[in-house]
Parts: sequence; C-alpha cells; structure tokens
Amino acid sequence: MHEPAAIVLSPADNVAVTRRNVRAGEVLTMEGDEAVACSDVPLGHKIARRFIPSGAEVVKYGMAIGSATANVQPGEWVHLHNLKSNYISTHTRDARARS
Amino acid sequence: MIIGDGYLRADGRKGIRNVVAVVYLVECAHHVARRVVDRADDPDVHLLGFPGCYPNDYALRMMKALATHPNVGGAVLVSLGCEGFDREGLSASIVASGRPVETVVIQEAGGTRSGIDSALQAVRRVQAEMRVLEMRVPMHMSELSIGTICGGSDGTSGIAANPAVGRAFDRLIDAGATCIFEETGEMIGCEGAMGIRAANAQVAEAIRISIENAENYYRAMGYGSFSPGNAEGGLSTLEEKSAGAYVKSGSRPIDGVIRPTQQPDLPGLYLLDVVPAEPPRFGFPNISDNAEIVELMSCGAHLTLFTTGRGSVVGSAIAPVIKITGNPETYAKMRDDMDVDAGRIMLGEATLDDLGTELFDLVLAVARGGQTKSEALGHREFILGYKSIEAVGPACHPRGNR
Repeated sequence: MHEPAAIVLSPADNVAVTRRNVRAGEVLTMEGDEAVACSDVPLGHKIARRFIPSGAEVVKYGMAIGSATANVQPGEWVHLHNLKSNYISTHTRDARARS
Repeated sequence: MIIGDGYLRADGRKGIRNVVAVVYLVECAHHVARRVVDRADDPDVHLLGFPGCYPNDYALRMMKALATHPNVGGAVLVSLGCEGFDREGLSASIVASGRPVETVVIQEAGGTRSGIDSALQAVRRVQAEMRVLEMRVPMHMSELSIGTICGGSDGTSGIAANPAVGRAFDRLIDAGATCIFEETGEMIGCEGAMGIRAANAQVAEAIRISIENAENYYRAMGYGSFSPGNAEGGLSTLEEKSAGAYVKSGSRPIDGVIRPTQQPDLPGLYLLDVVPAEPPRFGFPNISDNAEIVELMSCGAHLTLFTTGRGSVVGSAIAPVIKITGNPETYAKMRDDMDVDAGRIMLGEATLDDLGTELFDLVLAVARGGQTKSEALGHREFILGYKSIEAVGPACHPRGNR
C-alpha cells in the first residue's frame, strides 16, 4: 500500500503531519498541495502545506494550534522556531521559554 | 451486557481485581509499609500512601475513595503514630464499606522490626477475611468504569493512539459503560469543541468555566502541561497537545464534569476537572502521570487506557493500566511495555476502527482478569500529594438531562 509521507488531518489545515522521517528535498503531496521538504523532518512533526504569513494562525485538526512567528514557506518544518502558543508559552529542556 | 465475574463488595460495587491495600499515612511509615509489601510477595498486595505530615482534606478524601475502590478487598494502615493524618477517620470509612481493615502504629508496635512483623500478620489476617467474604458475581458493562490518560505525548499521539481510544470509548459508552477523560489543564484550547458536545447547557457552562480556570491556574504557575519530550516528538504548543489529547474522549455527548473522588451516578462520558478553582496553594495540579491515574481511580475507574508516543513504562497500584503507543519506533523499541501497537495506523496497516475494536476487546479481557504488560512487569506506581479542591464544585454537574 502506498501511503503519503505526510497527512492532512482536516481540510482546513495549513500543515500536514509526517508519518515517517522525511528527508530534505523529498517531494510531498499533501491533499492536492505539493511542496518540497526544506529540511529533514522527523516522524510526527509538521510541514507547511502552503504559505503561512507571520502572525497567521497555524491550523491542525481543523483547530488553531498557535500563530506563526515568521513567514513560513510551503514544505518548511513548522515547530518552536516559527510557531508560538496563543495560550501559554512552551517550555523546553534548555529552559528557553518561547513566547 | 455481562462482561464476566466481578468481586462483589458490601457496598454493592464490583471490582475486577481483589487487592489488599497497604497504606502508609506519612513518609515516616513508608519504609515499614514497603517492607511489608515486599515480604508479602503477593501480586495482589499493593502499596499506597501519602507522604505529608500535615493533614489535608483532599488527601483524606482521596485515600478513603482509594481504600474502598471496587478493586480493593481490604486494607492495612501503617501509621508512624504522631502524623496528622486522620487514621481513625480513614479506618472508619473502610469499616463502613464492609471491608476488613487493620491499623498498625509503628511507635506502639515497638519500632521498625516489630512494626513490619505486626503489619505483615495484619495483611495475612485481612487476606483470610477477604477469602471468607469473597463473592464472584456477574458484572455488567454498566458497572464498569474506564479512565483514559496520555503521557509522553508526541506527534503520533493525536492521530493514532488517542483517536483509537476515542473509538473504543464510543463503543464502551454505547455498550453502557462509564468513561472518564481528563485533565482540564490538558484541554486548554478545546473548550469550544467540547462545549458543543455537552449533554446540556449546564454541562457546557461547567466545561467553559473549568477550562478557563485551568488556564488561569497554569498561567500563574508559569508553565503549561507541556514537557520537553512533547516538543522533541513534534508538538509545538499547548493547544496543539490539547487537541491531540482531546480526541481520546471520542465523539459521544459529555454528560458531566466531575472532580476527584466524585463518582458518577450513571454511566456515560465524564470530564474530570482536576485543577483547583483558586490561586495555586500546593503547586502543580498533578506532578506526573500517576497522580492523574490515581485521581481517575478515585472516581471509580477500574482500569486506565494510557496512550504514550514517547513511551511511558508506568502501571498503577489497584487498577490495571493498558498502554497504547501510536509511534511505530517506540513500539519496536519498547514492545515489552506496550499492550497495543497503534503505530500500525501510522504505517497504514490498520484503521482507527480496527484499533478501537482491539482496545474494546482488550478492556473486556483485562476486566475478566487478563494481565496487562505493566501488571506482568510488576509496575504498581502510586503517588498522592497535597491539593486544595472542592469535592463537588458549584460548576460540576454530574449528568443532567440529555
């Protein structure tokens, strides 16, 4: 069975979730959107399906999961470096809280 | 639907295990109680306890609920002697539930050695009485309560293991069971979606208030319920983790919002609100996953479905824990600890409905006495700390009118 490397959980989502480790340069098909992975992205992480302007909501499960802190290009890894919570900021092991 | 034979208790409830609880009432009695459990060398003798010396209403209420949990057949209380815990009150409520209970006070018994010997003899006497009292009777699905929790979540949790539990919850509720999900601090951001599923307007308002309260509480603490491992696993924000956690609740109406030690009167789906409705006094609402499992048990959960992407190894005293991972790499590395491989969903080898059915069947098998992986490995974790929370808050409405 051929399964896409990244899946779109809800039609309104602007990110897809990787179902396996994705390599930089891989062409990803995400429910009609096509993009090239800008970097390696590990299993379970998020890749932008389309352009997300800085300040716009990042949508997964059809729900806002935070706001982009930079312009995000299609195929770009979406994580702590370009996404922040609209509720309580995220704490990481190196103690640099992102807000 | 009859699921098998349960242990009938004098209070009419039925258990799926028949455990002796050895309970230390202050950290100073922990060593003696642990030695008693070690020397009893019996998989059905479990260690519970509360470390604090100062009394706490919540801890007393929790311990009363846990020592009279349907899976518990009898108890031995181990007291140092000078601590603040109301051991007479705890003992009286165990007696009132029709269970055998004995109390050993270390200072009266003559110290560590004689305390261990006395408490071990007490365990033997309680076990003998439990054998006399034992009654196995058919147990119905409507008498079974299942909790769910996620721990060590990653990017797979919300799309594989958690929705699989949601499918299982739907099936269990349709078959007449009670299902409980938590915790409000891990549902921040889902208040809108949850309100739509509330069984009535009162429940919708209770949900809204409990989530708003949780957000205020965690904001005051300075951290949300989000660990570094969550981020390494691909989760970026609290509300993203919440959305993934929330799908464990399935799709049925939410019948009520309950608080720790509150046991729903009727089957259905309940949200457990574990966050104090006041500024922080005793710290984080739950310091680790087992504190949440213990609160689910205090609401009557016979067993817990635990989803973990990163790979938690814990089990629990009193009530079995079924562990499910949606991460194929975690399953490959930790298969001895994982009961269910939901990573097959990620690989396209199974559907959510396949896993929902597998989980439903596994819940029944465990309720009938089948061992979980964590039980077989000897996991019997237990943790109870200080908290200040109303037993039934004004915003908590057990099932109103559907």
